[in-house]
Amino acid sequence: MLKYLLAKNEDIPAGSSAIYFGFSAIIWFVLGTGLGAFNASKLAFPDFVTGLEFVSFGHMRQVHVHAVIFGWISMAFAMAMMYITPALGNTKLWSEKLGIWNAFLWNVGLSLGLTVLWMGMTSGREYSDFPWFIDLYIAGFMALPLGINVWMTIINRRTQGIYTTNWFFAAATFMLIIVFIVGNLPEFFHLTGLTEAYLTWWFAHNVLGLWITPVAAAIAYYTIPKVTGNPLYSHRIGHLHFWSVVVFYSTPAAHHLMSAPLPEWLKSFASVEGVLILVPAIAFVSNILLTMQGKWNMFVENLEVRFTVTGCLMAIPLNMQGGFQQTRAINWYIHGTGWIVAHAHLALLGFSTFLEAAAVYLGLQTIMKRKLYSLTLGNVHFWMLLIGFTTYWVSMTIAGLIQGAGKIYEVPYIDVVIAEHPYMIARWIGGSMVFVGNCLWLYNMWMTARLGTLIPAGRMPHELAYER
Amino acid sequence: MNVNFREYKMGSRFFALALGGSMTITLLLPSFDIASVSATDIAMDKQLWAGHETGFSLDDPLLLGWHKPVKALIKTDPKTGQAMEPTSVYVYEKGAPFPGGILHPDNLGVVSKKLSLEVGRIAEASNKDGAVFLVSSNDQKQYFIENATATRGWTPEDTLKAAGDENVSHAGAGKTYFVREGCWWCHTLLPEQTQDWQVFGAPPMLGDFNGESPTAFGSDRKAPDLLHVGSRNASREWMMLHFFNPRLVQPHSIMPRFDYMWGPVDAKGVKIDYAKWRAEYNEYTEGKRVTPPEVPMYASNSEIRSLIDFVLTMK
Ligand code: HEC
Ligand code: HEM
Ligand code: HEM
Repeated sequence: MLKYLLAKNEDIPAGSSAIYFGFSAIIWFVLGTGLGAFNASKLAFPDFVTGLEFVSFGHMRQVHVHAVIFGWISMAFAMAMMYITPALGNTKLWSEKLGIWNAFLWNVGLSLGLTVLWMGMTSGREYSDFPWFIDLYIAGFMALPLGINVWMTIINRRTQGIYTTNWFFAAATFMLIIVFIVGNLPEFFHLTGLTEAYLTWWFAHNVLGLWITPVAAAIAYYTIPKVTGNPLYSHRIGHLHFWSVVVFYSTPAAHHLMSAPLPEWLKSFASVEGVLILVPAIAFVSNILLTMQGKWNMFVENLEVRFTVTGCLMAIPLNMQGGFQQTRAINWYIHGTGWIVAHAHLALLGFSTFLEAAAVYLGLQTIMKRKLYSLTLGNVHFWMLLIGFTTYWVSMTIAGLIQGAGKIYEVPYIDVVIAEHPYMIARWIGGSMVFVGNCLWLYNMWMTARLGTLIPAGRMPHELAYER
Repeated sequence: MNVNFREYKMGSRFFALALGGSMTITLLLPSFDIASVSATDIAMDKQLWAGHETGFSLDDPLLLGWHKPVKALIKTDPKTGQAMEPTSVYVYEKGAPFPGGILHPDNLGVVSKKLSLEVGRIAEASNKDGAVFLVSSNDQKQYFIENATATRGWTPEDTLKAAGDENVSHAGAGKTYFVREGCWWCHTLLPEQTQDWQVFGAPPMLGDFNGESPTAFGSDRKAPDLLHVGSRNASREWMMLHFFNPRLVQPHSIMPRFDYMWGPVDAKGVKIDYAKWRAEYNEYTEGKRVTPPEVPMYASNSEIRSLIDFVLTMK
């Protein structure tokens, strides 16, 4: 791949940047979940590898979070954009060369960013932990080139309309840049106190709401119709989804700070808007599930569809949970407990990861014109993720409820720590399954690139029989 | 180039309207509310001991506690040497950047700003020479920041000499380590408004954060809230054992060991043999020893000293 950095744009085979992004994403996925499992082991067994600054929990936790969000999730998104945007515009990617450079600069920037975080150079703001020079790098050298490529490809499309997925891509890349610049104003201009606290969560909330959620959904709007052959159930509902994401999901940042002394009106407003996020959520889930009409056999038979639909189904408990946990009546009980960690993983490891995994599976097979090396390994990967994640979610939810009870009945804190211990071990085991599954995936994809059955021109990967 | 975005003009405009409207409601409007909050005496105290920034900044890029102020308790007047009521002062040596309230007095709120400028003479404080600050109040209990270098002629050097090392708290550097070491991934700094009163103490008020950066509230609580930990437990010895290895005082704790913050040598300048300590501790946990090994006394310029200073400052 690196040889293309200096090649002429015309000489770079179409799809190269998607492949580069795709494999980078999988590697970050392996690293990120490995780090997650390592962190989980430290919460279960605090004396496992100890006494060294650079392996202490406080240095590693944010590296896990940023590796999975900006390495795995965001690079998988970029991979999807690199091949879906041109496919839907019936054209080529505006610039493969920009795409290759984008992926290269992304890996460089992220490695640098994670290294400085690991060393403890942090802004001390959750989710915007990167110091400001990395934030500027991300906005300027990671998000902006991606946006330019997507926007230019859409402008140069050879279709009349713009399909829903591309709307989402174009808007989300734009919003990501805005969120990065506005959300980090406290670091650029040294804003302090409640302004800093609030903007921290404005950033965190909007990275989730205006980047991860809409792009993950947009991918499903492509994969399901593409693989099943059914047209999208309703474009109107797609529009409803799009507009309600922009209007409702961009507003409830304050629901992350319900117990902080923010202005009361802001918290109430956030709480109401947070329930309204159910509008895009229901629009999305129903649209995808209705598109599946008549093709439900593929949910069992086809790996990509199974991943996508499972992710979609997980969006139901996710958003139900979200909508009710942020009302004042509930939030005081579960705020700051493992319940939220479970919710966060249901969102990112459940809902979003499953949709992206489908896109990466489908995309890499399509672009490399090679059928998946081993279906068995693919299935094992799916079940390792699902069972591992479920173990994680159930154990952390229970731990969260214990913590919540401990909090309101004012149990001595150490008793809560003791009560949580078994669930910490369960979470570690579940998370490790995810990690092992991902290692298998990396192997499977690598073998696909080398030995996968060639797909004849004009055929979709799933139309071919598996050989293994 | 075939730019046929035309039919999407309306869409783009609506998009700008929606996103702009959302940002107006969620950023612009609250910013008026938050900007109009006056700093409480707690906020003044906090920003004066923490200094300009306790996260990443160019003055302290590796979060090693460079260019941080100290809080000191003095019992004699640094200038005249006469005995006086014990007073807390905040000492900014040359080059230590001032906190938000000094640089942007608007941050303090209307009344405090006026008093700080007119009575406290904070505008005269200079980063080049350093300065000594106080939190003072007038007879109406209105708090303001006083630049004691201008009003009383106290220089940083004299003040530090008058206080002596045992009365100096490096809480600002300690907060920096708190951020660097990720204590806030387990400990919150925000007792909740609903139910934390009894154990963790009173939740903070609207104006308690002015000038603080980062606030590091924390969102996942796996351990006790620390905003008022100094009033629950003020024992330096307990903290020392607990940071070296939490399992010495709390066998079920999941807190990591922070023994590496002792640095290479102990208070007497003797090299600390960590490998030996850990081996002996393992023997202790396996029941081969009756008592755990002694925790070395930290050197007065070690990181752990500042961290404990910080914890004990959180009253
Ligand atoms: C992995 C999570 C974790 C991390 C990281 C952590 N702690 Fe703790 N801490 C705990 C737990 C659990 C307890 C309660 C049990 C105990 O006393 O050890 C605790 C207790 C404490 C206490 C005593 C609280 C009380 O109410 O008496 C203090 C003080 C403390 N920690 C300070 C720190 C500081 C400072 C750091 C960072 C250098 C830190 N902790 C990092 C988990 C953590
Ligand atoms: C109706 C939809 C949703 C609502 C109302 C909602 C609400 C919330 C609330 C209130 C919190 C903070 C809880 C607390 O700390 O007390 C939270 C946390 C979180 N949410 Fe959601 N959520 C929703 C859907 C989603 C989606 C779709 C995603 C991502 C794809 C997501 C990702 C997260 C994450 C990662 C956190 C953890 C933040 C942290 O570190 O504290 N949520 N959610
Ligand atoms: C793609 C997959 C994953 C994503 C996107 C992800 C994302 C996140 C996020 C956003 C947080 C912060 C949560 C919060 O503050 O509420 C987090 C924390 C954490 N994650 Fe993951 N994660 C993933 C996989 C894993 C795996 C496989 C493990 C292994 C056990 C794991 C273990 C942890 C741990 C231990 C924490 C710290 C929780 C805490 O501080 O209480 N994660 N992760």
